[in-house]
Amino acid sequence: MSARDASAFAALFDPGGVIVAGASSHPGKFGFVVLHNILRHAYRGRVFATNREGGEILGVTAHTGVDCIPDGVADLVFVCTPIGANAELLRACARKGVRAAFVMTSGYAETGDEGRRAEAELASVAEEVGILLAGPNGQGIVSTPSSLCAQMVAPYPPPGRIGIASQSGNIVSSFENLAIRSGIGVSRAVSAGNAAVVGIADYLEFFAADPATDVGLAYLEGVRDGRALFEALRRAAREQPLVLVQGGATAGGRRAAASHTGALASNERIFSGMCRQAGVNLAATVEEAFDAAATFATQPLPRGPNVAVLTTAGGWGVLTADSLVRSELSLLTLPDDLRAAIDALLPPRWSHGNPIDLAASESRDTIPDVLELLGKHPAVHAVIFLGSGVQSNQAKLMRSGQFSSGHGLERIIEFHERQDARYAQVAAAVSAASGKPVLVATELAATDPDNPGPRTVRDTGKLCYWSASRAVTALEHLWRRARFLQRRGQL
Amino acid sequence: MAATHTLSEADSAQLVARHGVPTAESRRVRTPDDAVVASGEVGYPVVVKLNSPHLAHKTERDLVRLGLADAGAVHAAAVALLDAAQPDDGDVDLLVAHMVSGARELVAGLHTDPQFGRCVMVGVGGVLTVALGDVVFRLAPLDATDAAEMLDELRCQELLGPVRGEPAVDRAALVDVLLALSRLADAEPNVVSVDINPLVVEDGAPIAVDALVETT
Repeated sequence: MSARDASAFAALFDPGGVIVAGASSHPGKFGFVVLHNILRHAYRGRVFATNREGGEILGVTAHTGVDCIPDGVADLVFVCTPIGANAELLRACARKGVRAAFVMTSGYAETGDEGRRAEAELASVAEEVGILLAGPNGQGIVSTPSSLCAQMVAPYPPPGRIGIASQSGNIVSSFENLAIRSGIGVSRAVSAGNAAVVGIADYLEFFAADPATDVGLAYLEGVRDGRALFEALRRAAREQPLVLVQGGATAGGRRAAASHTGALASNERIFSGMCRQAGVNLAATVEEAFDAAATFATQPLPRGPNVAVLTTAGGWGVLTADSLVRSELSLLTLPDDLRAAIDALLPPRWSHGNPIDLAASESRDTIPDVLELLGKHPAVHAVIFLGSGVQSNQAKLMRSGQFSSGHGLERIIEFHERQDARYAQVAAAVSAASGKPVLVATELAATDPDNPGPRTVRDTGKLCYWSASRAVTALEHLWRRARFLQRRGQL
Repeated sequence: MAATHTLSEADSAQLVARHGVPTAESRRVRTPDDAVVASGEVGYPVVVKLNSPHLAHKTERDLVRLGLADAGAVHAAAVALLDAAQPDDGDVDLLVAHMVSGARELVAGLHTDPQFGRCVMVGVGGVLTVALGDVVFRLAPLDATDAAEMLDELRCQELLGPVRGEPAVDRAALVDVLLALSRLADAEPNVVSVDINPLVVEDGAPIAVDALVETT
């Protein structure tokens, strides 16, 4: 398996040079789009292109064949050429020192027996010449440490610590879109395509050993060798958090079973049990998976299940408490000393319990002090803060209306915006000082991401959750992992 | 997958017991008189069942007699069961077991999944097992931590606590049942599935009352 060692993965994700084989001068063709995207995002290495007719594409000389490219200048070939040409192409690339190939070309195993034979042949040639084969029929690869956007679709995500591997290219794009909107970035992303040689678990194992990646995030459909998958996931999950979404979990296809055990052995139940046993976090949806991965990437693990909810108004807190009670987390019962300490800061009408409803006392500037108390108290394992951006929302209304000047609103507008920014900064600072997760949730993150509340949460490098229930679900993922590690003496 | 066959209930119970699953004390006999002797040995009340490898679903054919409290009842039940045997049932005998009683019925088992191989299962048992679907799987082999986490994942946690005057389920004993199934999977490559339903909880302790083993 010489072609699958760490140096081959390095050639795939951090190549010194890239060849786009089958580059096209036609902007409607993938061979053009991939070259465009690599150049557009200022890939750090050298870029080469091949095209049977030669010429120049986007300022890059198109060589008529790989043989015309100097030796040893490229580690990766991005293959957009037709099936019939690809086996010979890999041999030519190997002679030039290429160690990895991403094959975008479709028409392989996904089309039937003939395609399966072509794919098997391609895989065996890659093995023979020592090239790591990614794909075929994949959408591409992203690697922010190398500023590499070698994919046939947008977007290119911000740099970050999440490594993405997906059996569906479109779901890579979904994760990348969420990364852009949330500001929680990506280290590597790869669409595994038909995964002729390298499968999702292989990428996750690479991420687990990759200094650029802190969290693995994957979308998985069919399972070929469940035991091998389980072992690979378990190995990778020992090194870093892994978040998985499985497609087709509810599909049938089981034999009619005589026993109850057999009748109940659905794909979904067995897959879910396997994930728990491997220490993998299984998410139900793309957004739940991204939230969880983004939280692993940006928050410390909680050391216990007890959550304090800090809210500026009643209803949010009540619903968040409900979500917590339904989850594997717990709504902390405030210890007497903590309640007394909070009582000393807040007006008498505060809730005197958890959720800690500040009773609209934010104008007394109590939020930072209460957050700090929660950070310091050992009974609190995590904090969810609700109400970010409310004051700025009012400020926006004042700023945009006909009374914005000449009525003395300037000072209050500035005050509101400054406060929301400060709360977000304090939330991040309390988390850093206490080693506890502090999550800020507001729908303004979705409806008005430039509001100083959510904007500042983003600026501190944290995810601003679009709802309290999503914050609870993400935190529950962190607690599941923490508990898994604790029970096995690994945390 | 190769053709499979099921062991008789008595052989199934013996196999799971050999790997450490607690089972009700039982005897196999051929005559009503021996059934009465066996009942005295295992202790009243007893259950008497018609036993054969070809009888997987005894309840549907009324081949199970529960709660027999004395020798007369055992003798009469044994006569009736032997009379009810049909030619297709093959070589039949009688299984006499002490009747385990508890308000709670769990299910535990072993399943061979085409992708993941052998998996251990635990859940809420009894006649509503499939309807409720409150079951959890892990791949074999599993360890005690995995097994304890399986119990934590059941939705009906109240069922594991004190119920109707009975103490809480002994979780450690239940973990041992799952570990026994894991050992069985390891030691018996021919076993395709094991179905223990019900796994009755008597005074907090799980006891296999009905077991069905399928082998290649």
